[in-house]
Formats: sequence, C-alpha cells, structure tokens
Amino acid sequence: MPETILEARHINKSFHDPVTVQVLHDITFSVNKGEFVSVIGKSGCGKSTLLYILSTMDTDYNGELLIDQEVMTGRKDVELAAIRNEKIGFVFQFHYLLNEFTVLRNVMLPGLRLARYSAQEVEHRAMERLKMLGIDHLADKAAYRVSGGEKQRVAIARALINDPHIIMGDEPTGNLDMRNSEMVFEIFKELAEVHNQTLLIVTHDPGFAERSGRIIEMEDGRIIRM
Amino acid sequence: MKGKLIFGIAKSLLLARWRQTLVAAVGVTFSIAMFITLLSFMNGLNDLLDGLILNRTPHVRLYNEIKPNKNQPVNAALKDSYNFISSVKAGITRQEIYNSGPVLQTVKNDPRVLGVTPRLSTQVFFNEGTIDITGLINGIDVEQEMRLFNFGDYVTAGSAMDAENVANSIILGKGLAEILVADVGDVVQVTTAQGERFSLKVVGYFQSGIQEYDKVQCYASIATTQKLLGKPANYVTDIQVKLYDLDMAPAVAKEYAKVFNVDAEDIQTANAQFDTGSSIRTLISYAVGVTLLIVAGFGIFNILNMMIYEKMDSIAILKATGFSGGDVNRIFLVIALSIGFFGGAVGLVFGFIFSVIIDNIPFNTAALPTIKTYPINYSPIFYMIGGTFALITTYFAGYFPARKASRVDPVEIIRGK
Repeated sequence: MPETILEARHINKSFHDPVTVQVLHDITFSVNKGEFVSVIGKSGCGKSTLLYILSTMDTDYNGELLIDQEVMTGRKDVELAAIRNEKIGFVFQFHYLLNEFTVLRNVMLPGLRLARYSAQEVEHRAMERLKMLGIDHLADKAAYRVSGGEKQRVAIARALINDPHIIMGDEPTGNLDMRNSEMVFEIFKELAEVHNQTLLIVTHDPGFAERSGRIIEMEDGRIIRM
Repeated sequence: MKGKLIFGIAKSLLLARWRQTLVAAVGVTFSIAMFITLLSFMNGLNDLLDGLILNRTPHVRLYNEIKPNKNQPVNAALKDSYNFISSVKAGITRQEIYNSGPVLQTVKNDPRVLGVTPRLSTQVFFNEGTIDITGLINGIDVEQEMRLFNFGDYVTAGSAMDAENVANSIILGKGLAEILVADVGDVVQVTTAQGERFSLKVVGYFQSGIQEYDKVQCYASIATTQKLLGKPANYVTDIQVKLYDLDMAPAVAKEYAKVFNVDAEDIQTANAQFDTGSSIRTLISYAVGVTLLIVAGFGIFNILNMMIYEKMDSIAILKATGFSGGDVNRIFLVIALSIGFFGGAVGLVFGFIFSVIIDNIPFNTAALPTIKTYPINYSPIFYMIGGTFALITTYFAGYFPARKASRVDPVEIIRGK
C-alpha cells in the first residue's frame, strides 16, 4: 500500500462574482508518494483553481483536503502558511523571484523561514540544490540578472529547499521556449524517478503530460480521466 | 532567527528603494528637527519672559495690608443683630510687619526655604527743578537680593554693592535716571511723604526690561530707606521668601499667614497671567510640531502604499512559500519603524544643531540687558517627546499599508499573470 501524500474529497467550488458559477464539481482523487501527476484540460476547466485549493492558498471551497494524511480544511492562516512552508514546494508559470535578493538568497528564504537548520546549513543546502540543477555559478548574481530559463530553475531550487512532500506547478513551462521546457521537464522527471519526489503539475502542454507518470484530465470542473 | 529574517527582508526592501526611503526619512528628519527647534526656542523665550518677572518675584511675600479691621467692636457687642457700619477706616493698621526680627529668623530656619530677605518700600518725590516726579524707593538687603533674585544682573551701570557700601546712595531706574538727567555719581534731591528732604548719591542704574517699571522704581539699602522714613532699624514692610520648590508656595503662604498673623501672597496668585501665557505658547508650539510630524506620517504612508503595490509579486510569493500574513505585516511595520527611527534620530541631531545655531545668533535689546543671544531651552524632555512621537507616527503610518500587505491574496496575484 503506497503512502498517500495528497487527498481531495468531494471538493466543490463556486465563484460568486458577478454571478454564481460553479467551477469545480465534486473533485475526488489522491496522489501517492513518488507519483509524477499532470493535470490537463482546456483553459477555464478549473485546473488552476483546483491547484490553488490543493496548495492551501485558496480556502474558500466545500469538501475536504488532506495533505500528508492531515486535514487542511478549516485551519488557520498561520498554520496553513507553516504547512506550505514545510510540505509544499511551488513552481509557477512566472518565476516570482525577489529582485532585491541574490539567486542564493532567493532559494534560501523558505528555508530560513522554516528555521529547521541554521543559516549556514540552509546556505549549504541551497548550494547543493543549485548544483543539482546546474546553476550554482549564478548563486551570487542578483535575481533579475539571470535569463528566463535560469530563473525557472532557481524557482525549482527554491521549491526544493525544505524537502517538501509535494511539488506543485502551475504551467511551469508555459513561459519557456522548447529547449528550456525540455530542461525543466527533465528536472521534474529526474526528481520523480531518482529522488522519489511527488509532483503535481498543471499544464496544457499534451507532450509534457504524456511523458509524466499519470494524467488527470479535467473538463468543465469535473475530472474525466485519472 | 525569524526576527532576523524579517529584519533582513525589510532591510533589502528598504535599500532596493533607497531614494524613496530617503525622501520619507528626510520628511521625518525635517519635522523632528523643526519640532525640537521650535520647542527649544519657544520654551527658551518663555523662560526668558517668565524670568523677567518670576525670577525677581519672591515665592511668598509677607506684608501687612492696609485695610479696616474685620472685627469691629460693635459686632462683638451686638452679636445677634446685623450691624450696618459705614465709612470704616483702617485706623490703627500699620504697614510695618510686627516683630520682624524673630519672623525673619523663624522663616530662615524653615527647611523648605532657600532664602529670605526683608524689604521696605516707600513713595517719594524726586525734585527736578520745579517739577516733582513720583518714585518708589525699595529698601533692600543688596547682598541677599543679588543671591536670591539676581539683582546684580539688572544693574547696568555702576555697582550694586555700592548701594550698601556708600552712605545715602541710590540706584535709579534707567527710565527715571533719563528723566532726571542724573549720571552715576550725581546727587538727586528727594522729598519723602512726610515732607523731609534728602540728598542721595546715584551709584548705579537699574534696568528691568519693563519700561514703565524702570521709570518709577529705585533701590537703596534698608538702612538708607529707614533713615528717609525716620524709622528704627527693625522697621520692614515686606518679607520676601524664596523656596526650594516653587509649587509649594501657596501652601507655605497660607501657613505663614496663619502663624505670623500677616498677609501672605504666593507667586502663583500674584502672577497667574504669566502662567497662562506660557502654557498657551507651549501649547501652540506642540500643536505645530505635531502637525509637522503628522504630515511626515502621510509621506511615509504614501511611500509604503506605493511600495506595496510595486511589491505585490514579492508579497504573493512570500505568502505562497510559507510566510504568514503576520510575517508580512511585521516586515512592512519594520520598514515603517526603521524610517521613523533613523529619520527621527537624525532629526534629533539636526534639531540640536539648529538650536545651537539659534542660541548663537546675537540678540541685543535695550529692554533685556542680560540677554546677548536668542534664548534656547535645551531640555532633554523635548528630545524624548520628539523621538517617541517619530516612532508613534511612523508606526501608525505603517500600520494600514502593512495590514493591507498582510491581506494580499497570493492566489489573486499569481493567477492574474
């Protein structure tokens, strides 16, 4: 019996502005440890909305969400922030690096927030991850001075800093050219296969999805294939 | 650890926008500097004006007021009836303080009393040709007056001690001396209320800074004045008391009035209008200072608001990667408070420098003989109030933007891209 990392039970969500539209209908699925899951579907089918609910950032939904077999639904903002910090790594379409900091410091920030290790150790771990992604030579550069593909790899390093249970991605290759997309995919694949890292990636690149371990396809707020 | 991280992030955000930060901090610096300068100058001026009167006024003055006796014999005789008495005269009241020697000694031994000096004053006429000019001669113990009431500061020509040392001498008010055309060393003719004529030698000028006062007041030693009046050596009309603590004056006055059976007036009652004037001036300067600070606060508020709009992405990712609303709130509060702290600290230094500059600007006026430069009060209380206010205003200026930042919904920002 593989260990369940993420479980969604009967999740429903509606937007109320300007009129009430139900965007997610009774979403139920689970993700096991080490799985590389892609969520695909057409624009507006609710896959990003689902991802933000799963990420605990959006708390306005009905149903139940479990991460690491713990119920997330109804928890306080501070607790959820701590859980995101410790258990979830994020890679977005846009890199969201802090321009005020160096690449290394950007990667270190969530680690410093968690404070499980000392500052020196966090730095060491950040360097390890940068090395693994082949961008350790950029460590001391200001975040806004590196290229788009490199930025996305920095963002992946940042997602990995706290050894999260799951990495969530919202179109992480959406803004990248073929070569960089390929590189990011290879990194994810390696993470899943070599490091047994759980990944849940929203994408509308069918090529990307097909090569991942498992595909969840959505249409009109429902899961039609999983 | 967490605090250090929050400070680190706040510092980076501040330095990334150092020009805006500088503008905000300069706003605080300017207002604090002006606040300090304004209050120091205003209070210096207040002290000066108060000093004009209060330093020379005894804290408690003992005297005998000329007034009809309250206990008229007819009231004692016919207790049950209401007696109408008209034209009551202050018949046997004397201006002299009874038993002045022992009273002086007793007051002197009171531990609350800094010093005590007798005084007697009398109306005289100065004879200038055919014209008689009214004057008031104050007989004083020159040495004690110099110690307690800075008498020496106001003698602008000649020497104060000569009034004591030279027999039949007088120190004329500056205005009176000009009317009499009397130089130091000249002799003036005086007629007392009793009709006696005396010649007194002018040994100095007295200038209080209040012109009306200087046209009338003169000073002589007690002995000289007693001679003018033809009274014995224990004849004094006033006893002036200076206390260690000015605020105790009303209580002490009441006590002495009862113990010595004299009239006693405290400084607060005698000079109520000066207190009012000072407190209103102080109030105005505080109001102006606080207004300046609030304006600076709005500056900080604007700059933080702008910063938050600019940094929406950063706030969103901080929240996505595990910083709670409270952490974000703290980051922006730290930013606001550091602007307040550093701006305020520099402001205090500048306030002090401005005060020193004002303190060194020459200010010569005939009315104020002891003042050579503009007055400044360097009370550390202004600096404490200024510093505290800088922090409080910047805290409130940062509070609302910080709260807004803490409520940023990362989903909205990230999905918006």
